[in-house]
Amino acid sequence: MIHSLFLINSSGDIFLEKHWKSVVSRSVCDYFFEAQERATEAENVPPVIPTPHHYLLSVYRHKIFFVAVIQTEVPPLFVIEFLHRVVDTFQDYFGVCSEPVIKDNVVVVYEVLEEMLDNGFPLATESNILKELIKPPTILRTVVNTITGMEKGETHRELPSWVKALNNLLPAFCLIPISGSTITAEIQGVIDACVKLTGMPDLTLSFMNPRLLDDVSFHPCVRFKRWESERILSFIPPDGNFRLLSYHVSAQNLVAIPVYVKHNISFRDSSSLGRFEITVGPKQTMGKTIEGVIVTSQMPKGVLNMSLTPSQGTHTFDPVTKMLSWDVGKINPQKLPSLKGTMSLQAGASKPDENPTINLQFKIQQLAISGLKVNRLDMYGEKYKPFKGIKYMTKAGKFQVRT
Amino acid sequence: MSAAPAYGEDKGGSAGPGEPEYGHDPASGGIFSSDYKRHDDLKEMLDTNKDSLKLEAMKRIVAMIARGKNASDLFPAVVKNVACKNIEVKKLVYVYLVRYAEEQQDLALLSISTFQRGLKDPNQLIRASALRVLSSIRVPIIVPIMMLAIKEAASDMSPYVRKTAAHAIPKLYSLDSDQKDQLIEVIEKLLADKTTLVAGSVVMAFEEVCPERIDLIHKNYRKLCNLLIDVEEWGQVVIISMLTRYARTQFLSPTQNESLLEENPEKAFYGSEEDEAKGPGSEEAATTALPARKPYVMDPDHRLLLRNTKPLLQSRSAAVVMAVAQLYFHLAPKAEVGVIAKALVRLLRSHSEVQYVVLQNVATMSIKRRGMFEPYLKSFYIRSTDPTQIKILKLEVLTNLASETNIPTVLREFQTYIRSMDKDFVAATIQAIGRCATNIGRVRDTCLNGLVQLLSNRDELVVAESVVVIKKLLQMQPAQHGEIIKHLAKLTDSIQVPMARASILWLIGEYCEHVPKIAPDVLRKMAKSFTAEEDIVKLQVINLAAKLYLTNSKQTKLLTQYVLSLAKYDQNYDIRDRARFTRQLIVPSEQGGALSRHAKKLFLAPKPAPVLESSFKDRDHFQLGSLSHLLNAKATGYQELPDWPEEAPDPSVRNVEVPEWTKCSNREKRKEKEKPFYSDSEGESGPTESADSDPESESASDSKSSSESGSGESSSESDKGSHEQSEEEGGKRKMKKRKKVTEAQGDASSSDEGSDSSSSSSESERTSETEEEQVEPASWRKKTDKAGTGSLLAHFHTGPPPPLQLLSPGSGAGRQELLHRVAGEGLAVDYTFSRQPFSGDPHMVSVHIHFSNSSDTPIKGLHVGTPKLPAGISIQEFPEIESLAPGESTTAVMGINFCDSTQAANFQLCTQTRQFYVSIQPPVGELMAPVFMSENEFKKEQGKLTGMSEITEKLTLPDGCRSDHIVVQKVTTVANLGRVPCGASDEYRFAGRTLTSGSLVLLTLDARPTGAAQLTVNSEKMVIGTMLVKDVVQALTQ
Repeated sequence: MIHSLFLINSSGDIFLEKHWKSVVSRSVCDYFFEAQERATEAENVPPVIPTPHHYLLSVYRHKIFFVAVIQTEVPPLFVIEFLHRVVDTFQDYFGVCSEPVIKDNVVVVYEVLEEMLDNGFPLATESNILKELIKPPTILRTVVNTITGMEKGETHRELPSWVKALNNLLPAFCLIPISGSTITAEIQGVIDACVKLTGMPDLTLSFMNPRLLDDVSFHPCVRFKRWESERILSFIPPDGNFRLLSYHVSAQNLVAIPVYVKHNISFRDSSSLGRFEITVGPKQTMGKTIEGVIVTSQMPKGVLNMSLTPSQGTHTFDPVTKMLSWDVGKINPQKLPSLKGTMSLQAGASKPDENPTINLQFKIQQLAISGLKVNRLDMYGEKYKPFKGIKYMTKAGKFQVRT
Repeated sequence: MSAAPAYGEDKGGSAGPGEPEYGHDPASGGIFSSDYKRHDDLKEMLDTNKDSLKLEAMKRIVAMIARGKNASDLFPAVVKNVACKNIEVKKLVYVYLVRYAEEQQDLALLSISTFQRGLKDPNQLIRASALRVLSSIRVPIIVPIMMLAIKEAASDMSPYVRKTAAHAIPKLYSLDSDQKDQLIEVIEKLLADKTTLVAGSVVMAFEEVCPERIDLIHKNYRKLCNLLIDVEEWGQVVIISMLTRYARTQFLSPTQNESLLEENPEKAFYGSEEDEAKGPGSEEAATTALPARKPYVMDPDHRLLLRNTKPLLQSRSAAVVMAVAQLYFHLAPKAEVGVIAKALVRLLRSHSEVQYVVLQNVATMSIKRRGMFEPYLKSFYIRSTDPTQIKILKLEVLTNLASETNIPTVLREFQTYIRSMDKDFVAATIQAIGRCATNIGRVRDTCLNGLVQLLSNRDELVVAESVVVIKKLLQMQPAQHGEIIKHLAKLTDSIQVPMARASILWLIGEYCEHVPKIAPDVLRKMAKSFTAEEDIVKLQVINLAAKLYLTNSKQTKLLTQYVLSLAKYDQNYDIRDRARFTRQLIVPSEQGGALSRHAKKLFLAPKPAPVLESSFKDRDHFQLGSLSHLLNAKATGYQELPDWPEEAPDPSVRNVEVPEWTKCSNREKRKEKEKPFYSDSEGESGPTESADSDPESESASDSKSSSESGSGESSSESDKGSHEQSEEEGGKRKMKKRKKVTEAQGDASSSDEGSDSSSSSSESERTSETEEEQVEPASWRKKTDKAGTGSLLAHFHTGPPPPLQLLSPGSGAGRQELLHRVAGEGLAVDYTFSRQPFSGDPHMVSVHIHFSNSSDTPIKGLHVGTPKLPAGISIQEFPEIESLAPGESTTAVMGINFCDSTQAANFQLCTQTRQFYVSIQPPVGELMAPVFMSENEFKKEQGKLTGMSEITEKLTLPDGCRSDHIVVQKVTTVANLGRVPCGASDEYRFAGRTLTSGSLVLLTLDARPTGAAQLTVNSEKMVIGTMLVKDVVQALTQ
């Protein structure tokens, strides 16, 4: 199974290595560096690289390559899934998974890795079990808690013996409208739970409209049969944060898309100037504000520079990567944010034939765009009264507008 | 080199700023030059008595290891601390040992005795960790010690230690493969282990040590299938992939009689369900099916595997989902493979690495089973932010999925892709268009036109790629496309990409008769620039020249000779060879006449059009989801997926003693006591019965057919249930701390299993009862309906118990099995919900337990052992039954407080000699007791319980179910509720209270004469309300 793991940063330094069997020389990573060079972009490095004696399987997250070395046949997803689990574990331990954090906690990281695999086969991969074996660094832990609490906007309150917070996130809904009509859209949601209850509480969570869910996948603690028969989530939760459920709502049940983008991007053959105009506006948000709006667009190579004026927010254009980014902030329905201006094109060159795609990020608090509603959460098996809370949120996934 | 360690220490020091006096940052910086001295401070720290210093030192050493710095010279200093009392230090010492023992074998031996001591420790965690480290020290000398330790650990009480033993097996094997035979023995032993904790690890060991010993699996096959859902994710992946291979050797191909299946899918489906219902125990189906061979009947074990893996498609782990998907792809009948598509599409929303792997597999699958992914076409649409490698894979899938019907959409999508900025992707899109055009004749012209338009694209790469694809397309029908060839010919002036130039030249040469005027001119131009061309272009120029010379020698003779002369002196020997060869062929000389006569045939032979194929075409001979499949090359250690056998090997090898029994006893029982055990035998083997079709059950089987599959399942599961539970329990108690999560899971599933069986069997009972009722309807009920608020009302007023008793005899749920007589070694136990208030505690549901002894020895001391109950649930045990003589039966009453939940109450039933784990799960309707109230009271209470507490469902009553008494009777059968008198004729009201909390449960059924009806349940207890609605609706509409 998994022989060794190398952590490589974006500048190509191996800053951590762990071997679960005999030591594999780090020179094996040279094959990886070759592939990296060929791929130009980090995300294009093939996840599986065969070398004469080994196979390198890698994932790229948080600007770090996690490269696993294996020697014999093994399902590639097994390794990839494991590597992602490693990253998730680090994130859970340290709050963030970055090179400096890993370097600062190298001993804990090493010990955690030691526990996660035995002879290359996964041993303990649940972070709550790991935390019992190896304590996460304490000072950091508290800091981390407040940070994530803020980030996710969780209802997170410390109470004497237990805290219970349920967080329902419904992000990632992707669509690509072209000339006004939506090409494809789907809703993909998750329910993240943060459970801090003593004893062995047995929870049931029911939805108002479970039929909405088209495809679901569960945390292993969920009783599958109960879901099958009653559409109720019944589970004995592990401690701390975990992803209880992820689900998919198919396009048929799709609720209206909450944002629209009006765009007018034109290049003219004759002049070296192009016009550029984008307006973003809300659409059926049930009275909720759309916030955290960021518009990005990869402009064609021919665009040299852009001189734009936003009605709100800030914008940047990187003339090297040709990436336009506009941080809009909140959308005020009375005064729709817009970005107008001109593009200067390479003189003499004919107009670019590709049109930029506009990517949109946004968030809507207190709204689940799918319409999914949690009906209730009951606890059995323990006598005390838990503190319960729920938070709905909608986040744009890969929201793209083709122009 | 010398600077590097210093840096390492620097960092190590700064990691622990708490001890500045031993940080030695400046000191270590100062002495880095003298290598042997550089770790002196660490050695010193390790030699002290203070644990904190040792810990600090070990932390710094481990940090060095993690960074890949060499710390081997500290080995003696570290190994001394192997027996250190401080657990933190010890852990780090172990980490160090495992890393360096291989390099310092002699010194490592010093530590062995510590581990040997650890192996005997009373604490299971210490035993496990000792074994883990001992087996990780790769020192050949200790092989015998390891062998001994593994053998011992394999029979350890703690499943966690046994798991560690399973992990140690491949370690020892890689150290010394001569131990194989002994290790196989251990594997065999561990395979028989019944805990979920061990299963995954031992199968992993099996795969690494002896994957060829498939015979070891036989006896454990069913157990593995049944445990699968509770095994941790990693184990699931390994087991599923092993079972896939196993199934390929043991079962017949489900697709061999594909045509038959397709003709009569219904029948085949039920057929397979039927023999599955017989459970893993009965070999009957298989043996009767074997001689007949046709039609194909799936081995029940094959079905078991498919059924038990299916829920895992819902796993959060991509690896598990993929493993199940490949299992279905390789093993399931064609009609069933479709279920995996949705799950695979779900994985596409995961990380890009996961997408990459999944798309590779989808690409392979979509070639064979296009229909499966067609509904998800849009999920494969490409976003501009996808990495290129993902884009290209998605394109591959889209191309595979393109068909006559969806091609317009796909092509429109492709058009957008062509404008992308990612040029590699654009090139791939053009190739994809080409493939669509070849595969789907209808759109060939559209595609061709589109591609021709691309020829005026500014991007040369796009043009070049288009030319290459057009060339391939034109080869299919050259005659109609003279125009395009002319257009292409013009491009030779502008286009510079060699491959494209070569393609154009080849086209012109091949179809020169369609462009007789242009061809010589192109040759003229090419001759002019010949020396500056790339090699592949030069070769094509020669080709073109030769072809023109043969067709139009008058115009091109000189040109050809010129080209050939140029080629003769080319630097590339391929070109020189080609020139020489061509000259000999086409220019007739005195000697070589024989060949040149055939030159025309040689050069201008009609060439078959190329087939544009997916590169994933034949990949499915590799097991999907494997590394080998991904790389399209055999990886080391890849186990071939065997072909289906012609003849199924003997299925009885998978038999384990007990189930063999069940079969015979089932039979006997049915013959012996058909009538009285009506409901019982139905729950047991309903489908078998309907197959046998005794006249009696025939009428019932119609109404049952919907629940048939369910009850069939239950029979097979229920006799496993008891085993499983006991296993679970044994493992759990010991493993509590470490495996909290899995435990919870185990609990869940075992109770779930119980619930499943009981609910489904009770279902069939309900139907059977209604059947009986129809024959002899209870007369009092008719009265009730007619009387309305009449005399019975007065009767009701006397208090809840009497009406309760009145209601219950007809409606108390039928007998359900608690313990099968085979599992109970002759002791058969059934239970019924009597619906009488339990005398001891009003919150308890009273359960009548019927014992009967069918063995030939008396059973003594029957009592309830320590119950292990979900919190909140309590049991009032029945008084001990001292002795039960053979053939005798007796009944005892026990009370269970279910705490208003349908959780199962699990407890042990003990006799003097044995303990049986049993579980009672109440249908929701049994959790309440009827209350009487007047219509006004009812309305008042109902008014309070609106909003969230109200659940409404619309239904249509079937014809047979419209008369009053049937409706009332059906409702009261399902739920222990009392009827509330009501003025309106077509409205029915029932009321009850839950036993534990006493919350009201109000049920209203508003039935229209047309059959349309609306069911409303008002209750504070949402869950109970929901379940009740479900149950009642089911009962009414059946």
